[in-house]
Amino acid sequence: MSNKVIYAIYNDDDILMDAVKQTRAAHHHIEEVFTPFPVHGLDKAMGLAPTRLAICSFIYGCIGISFATWMMNLIMIQDWPQDIGGKPSFSYIQNMPAFVPIMFEMTVFFAAHLMVITFYMRSRLWPFKEAENPDVRTTDDHFLMEVAINNNEEELVSFFQSTGAVEVKVIEKN
Amino acid sequence: MYTFSNKLKTFSFILMAVGLLGIGYGFLNAPKDIQEVEHLLAAESHGGHGEATHVEATHGESKSSEDAHVGAAEHATAHDVKEAAEHQEHLNHVLHQLQNKPWAALYVACIFFLLLSMGVLAFYAIQQVAQAGWSPVLFRVMQGLTAYLPVGSVIFFVILIMCGLHFNHLFIWLDPEVVAHDKLIANKAGYLNFPFWIVRAAIFLIGWNLYRYYSAKNCLAQDESNDDSYYKKNFNISAGFLVFFIVTESIMSWDWIMSIDPHWFSTLFGWYVFASFFVSGITAIALVTVYLKSRGFLEHVNTSHIHDLAKFMFGISIFWTYLWFSQFMLIWYANIPEEVTYFITRIQLYNLPFFGAVVMNFLFPLLILMHSDFKRLTWVISMVGVVILVGHYLDFFNMIMPGTVGDRWFIGIPEIASVLFFLGLFIYSVFTALTKAPLLPKRNPFIEESKHFHY
Repeated sequence: MSNKVIYAIYNDDDILMDAVKQTRAAHHHIEEVFTPFPVHGLDKAMGLAPTRLAICSFIYGCIGISFATWMMNLIMIQDWPQDIGGKPSFSYIQNMPAFVPIMFEMTVFFAAHLMVITFYMRSRLWPFKEAENPDVRTTDDHFLMEVAINNNEEELVSFFQSTGAVEVKVIEKN
Repeated sequence: MYTFSNKLKTFSFILMAVGLLGIGYGFLNAPKDIQEVEHLLAAESHGGHGEATHVEATHGESKSSEDAHVGAAEHATAHDVKEAAEHQEHLNHVLHQLQNKPWAALYVACIFFLLLSMGVLAFYAIQQVAQAGWSPVLFRVMQGLTAYLPVGSVIFFVILIMCGLHFNHLFIWLDPEVVAHDKLIANKAGYLNFPFWIVRAAIFLIGWNLYRYYSAKNCLAQDESNDDSYYKKNFNISAGFLVFFIVTESIMSWDWIMSIDPHWFSTLFGWYVFASFFVSGITAIALVTVYLKSRGFLEHVNTSHIHDLAKFMFGISIFWTYLWFSQFMLIWYANIPEEVTYFITRIQLYNLPFFGAVVMNFLFPLLILMHSDFKRLTWVISMVGVVILVGHYLDFFNMIMPGTVGDRWFIGIPEIASVLFFLGLFIYSVFTALTKAPLLPKRNPFIEESKHFHY
């Protein structure tokens, strides 16, 4: 079983989008697309499943608001009740309006930070990670589509040349 | 071109007719004099106020024992006289509240629909100034919705003049008798006086209507034009209007709503009112768009446009809550008597509408519209839209009723009928205006982008 892939390189995101659509229409399997910036609508064109990040975000927000409730109850009611402006310091619910900004901020904080971390983990990005880009130009101004070859090398090369690729390479992946 | 369906036209006429009947009933049913109020109160205390009479009885006992200690009959008579005077005053107060009730019901519905169309106008002007690429296919819907503005303005202005002519006591500072005995209001008399107030109202309403008229006119002229000059003109007048609007909107909210409680003030009130009618306006755009789409019009409006409108409904609902809470929390925390009384009245006497509005305007849209896919479903938009509109009507109810009818509030025939009447008038003016122009502004420079807009 050969591990050959094709790298089709484009220098414009519109051409790339058209190429991706054509490739999908021709039923070639797109392994990955590397772009220097997020290309709007690329995920749909590639047929990727919709992101589930929003569900994570909702869960993180729930954790955040629960944590803030627990924290403010511990700090301001249980551990060290303080009389601020004569507000009841012995009851969470009666003092709740004062804690709403904290509950809100914690919700946003948890949702935002954990969502970013989740996104990085899911994209296999972490500190000191070796870059996976097969070509450094994909960090600058080029777009690269990686397509698997199944004994149809000749056909694929000519196909990608016809889609407006500036460069088509066949690579043996190990 | 859109044609006003006969069914909808008949429906709007029925709404207006039923509304007028109900409004008339409300005015006829209001008590004419103190005797009627006395009967009313007596009937009420026989009804369900057993507890109150009980408290009164025990109170009377302790008083009599006190009197026995002092042993002065003259004290008792003085007490009786004072009590009678107080009773008289109370009756008078209730009479005024009950006489205000149909007026206040009319006023809430009138200002709600007027400001709703202003919310649409502000949203439309923002689209023009932002040179938004997604929304031009909706411009004619927005212009149709603002067609209620001149109609609403005239009715509203007439009501304001009637307030000034003492047909009612919605604005107690309009009553010279009240001002004479009230230092706080007397201090504000330089601003809160009838001539200045009505002139301000006239300037605001005329300014808004002028923008609406010329903006719609330019937009139509752009359809037949050979260049973008009308479009540019609209950009300029929209920018000017937004500056004028945000200043006048703030002052309008003090004049027409906040001055109903003339002792109380809140510095973010203008924003709060704005958020309320802005989200109502956007919701109205979404509802009318969804309706027209279901009737086979607006072929260029796709689910992405609906999705964006729903995002605005969601976002501005959160924004409204943010202001609602900011206003509430600072006053709650500082607990200054002259400020906090505003919320104490609302929480004690208006508990259900006060917190109900938060549920309808915040919790409900938050939980339903949070889901991305729901923002594209017609039935979800319609359902949430109706809840948001009712919720913001309630919000205006909460702003206006406590200062005008106090604890005598009820959402009964006068209130519902007023809403029905203005809803009917609104539907009639809006859909009549929609028939007058093609629904696609075909030569808007962004029209192609708007047609192909996808999220």
